[in-house]
Amino acid sequence: MFNQARKIRDKYIRDEMWPSIFCTGCGIGNVLNYTLRAIDSIGLDIDRTVFCSGIGCSSRLPGYIEADGLHTTHGRAIAFATGVKVYKPELSVIVFTGDGDMAGIGGNHFIHAARRNVDMTVICINNFNYGMTGGQVSPTTPAEDLSTTTPYGNLEEPFDLCRLAIGAGAPFVARWTMGFPYETITAIESAIRTKGFGFVEILAPCPTGYGKANELRDAPANWDWYKENTITRIDLAQLSPDERSANRKIVIGTLWKEEKPEYIERWRQLVGRLQADSEPAKSS
Amino acid sequence: MARELDYRRVMEVLGSREQFAQGDVACAYGAILGGCDFFAGYPITPATEVAETMAVLLPRLGCAVMQMEDEIASLSAVIGAAWAGSRAFTATSGPGFSLMQEGIGYACMTETPCVIINVQRSGPSTGQPTEPAQGDMLQARWGTHGDHEIIALAPASVQECVDLTRLAFNLAEEYRNPVLVMTDGEVGHMREKIVLPAEDEIELVERCPPTNKPGAYVPFRAAPGSVPEMASFGTGFHTYVTGLTHDERGLPATDDAEQHTRLVRRLVDKIRDDTERLTRVEVDSEEGAKVGIVSYGISARSAAGAVRIARAEGRKINHLRLISVYPFPERAVRDFANGLDRIIVPELNLGQICHVVREALEGEATVERVSRIGGEIIPPEEIVRALIEGGEQV
Repeated sequence: MFNQARKIRDKYIRDEMWPSIFCTGCGIGNVLNYTLRAIDSIGLDIDRTVFCSGIGCSSRLPGYIEADGLHTTHGRAIAFATGVKVYKPELSVIVFTGDGDMAGIGGNHFIHAARRNVDMTVICINNFNYGMTGGQVSPTTPAEDLSTTTPYGNLEEPFDLCRLAIGAGAPFVARWTMGFPYETITAIESAIRTKGFGFVEILAPCPTGYGKANELRDAPANWDWYKENTITRIDLAQLSPDERSANRKIVIGTLWKEEKPEYIERWRQLVGRLQADSEPAKSS
Repeated sequence: MARELDYRRVMEVLGSREQFAQGDVACAYGAILGGCDFFAGYPITPATEVAETMAVLLPRLGCAVMQMEDEIASLSAVIGAAWAGSRAFTATSGPGFSLMQEGIGYACMTETPCVIINVQRSGPSTGQPTEPAQGDMLQARWGTHGDHEIIALAPASVQECVDLTRLAFNLAEEYRNPVLVMTDGEVGHMREKIVLPAEDEIELVERCPPTNKPGAYVPFRAAPGSVPEMASFGTGFHTYVTGLTHDERGLPATDDAEQHTRLVRRLVDKIRDDTERLTRVEVDSEEGAKVGIVSYGISARSAAGAVRIARAEGRKINHLRLISVYPFPERAVRDFANGLDRIIVPELNLGQICHVVREALEGEATVERVSRIGGEIIPPEEIVRALIEGGEQV
């Protein structure tokens, strides 16, 4: 395990960026580890891979990878990634984003990218709050929870990001927590292999921001919370219909998988059709 | 690898070299003749025809064109494509231009070549969508936050929509900066004869590729006031691009005053120091005049009409047309105003470029304005009246 970690580090990490900005107990570094392992296992050509991100703690990840990286404006990573991928389809494009970046300010780009189905992988690190700015409520903060901008409790219901992705048309959708490293790595591999918009949501602790306000200040407490408050899709299926409809736990696992036409494929077909067409151009 | 335009194929798609075309369509032609190979946009009056024309033409050249979910996403996709090696652009109007301001600043900070066409309409807010205006001229310069420089061109005719859009792509690549083509609803929607350039008139200037090998290449290293080499994504150079203050390696250096100062001064100076080279103006002067007009865009057509009327009446008047508006051609304006008592600035707004003119002249001549809003272009007679009776105060 240690040797493998070292191999991954030597192969993919941008040394000058170390040490990272992440706090003790933060889960974002784990996601970097899981992603690099998935990339290594697939054998993705790192020279032909672009990592895009928006703004926030999770969006700092591309900087730590010795590869092309585009650290963009808040919420817009998926739109930038769309330009990279559609212009140069031979590149693999992976987006790191967070709950505030992707579901708050960037929500519109997220649903449209899922609908448009451009081939890319979006990894959303959901830590239930805006961590970089010090722990404000986000679109995934559970109702009633505390944050610096909901000091008396959150009045809003959180987004279920995976249901949102499925509803918007993403062909691959999975959610795991930090407690399932191998499942998460496998999910990222599947998302990368998916021809189209692959979405992986990873619940990761933010002890400094969300945790300090909600009695989850240390890492073990966070991991216990995930155990108590999540249920795998397979375990859920074992429950009786009544138990299933009463379930309030967060469902984890591969939540959606389908094959559907991918954008760039369709564009290539369109270009081919136009080239075959011998009619003179009609220009306006 | 120098980029070459497949002229024969492009002209098969564009059609005849001589056409009677609309300004928006001409911008699209200019983009393609400028080597454009990616477009992303969002429908907005009076710029929609640019997107519609690109949607017809680009796929026939094997290139992608995308309608995004909004103007923010449009410019974002353009910047992403530019880093993947594209000569990319978007086209919009006032409300969309406002939404793009953050992306413009990101492109300045990351030195991303890109072109934005703003077919200006009457604002503020939704305003008069179908009516022309020149109300975004100061937003073009100062709309995004923080210190930066911008390059902006102002076509006054449909022919110039072709010529200046072509030029915009080359300047964007050369200076690694967003370049704005500030047209308006009148130029965008009117139809005039255009002549597309011959093959030997086409030259595509490209971003300077790395001269070092991966590992030795330092992506944002450049002498003060100069433009760094640019490695496109996927070429093995492992470039990290961020809107944060960054060092020469491109890595965040947000709490380093010296790094920030060096970076932002270089971004500003690379354009500001080249103002003379970037200046494009047209002068129409005669001996003995004491009054001059400084104009740009569609209002330059009104000004040219005013000059004809005034001279026919035996009045002496000079005219300076700004073809490049930013970096502001201060010296050209000062040289023009030398010996003149009064400068009249006609604009489709309540006074924007007139302020920049006044600042440039530092009191050497009185600056007056002829302002018109509401959707009609300025009748030449109104400028002649200002010449005789005086314009509005700046």
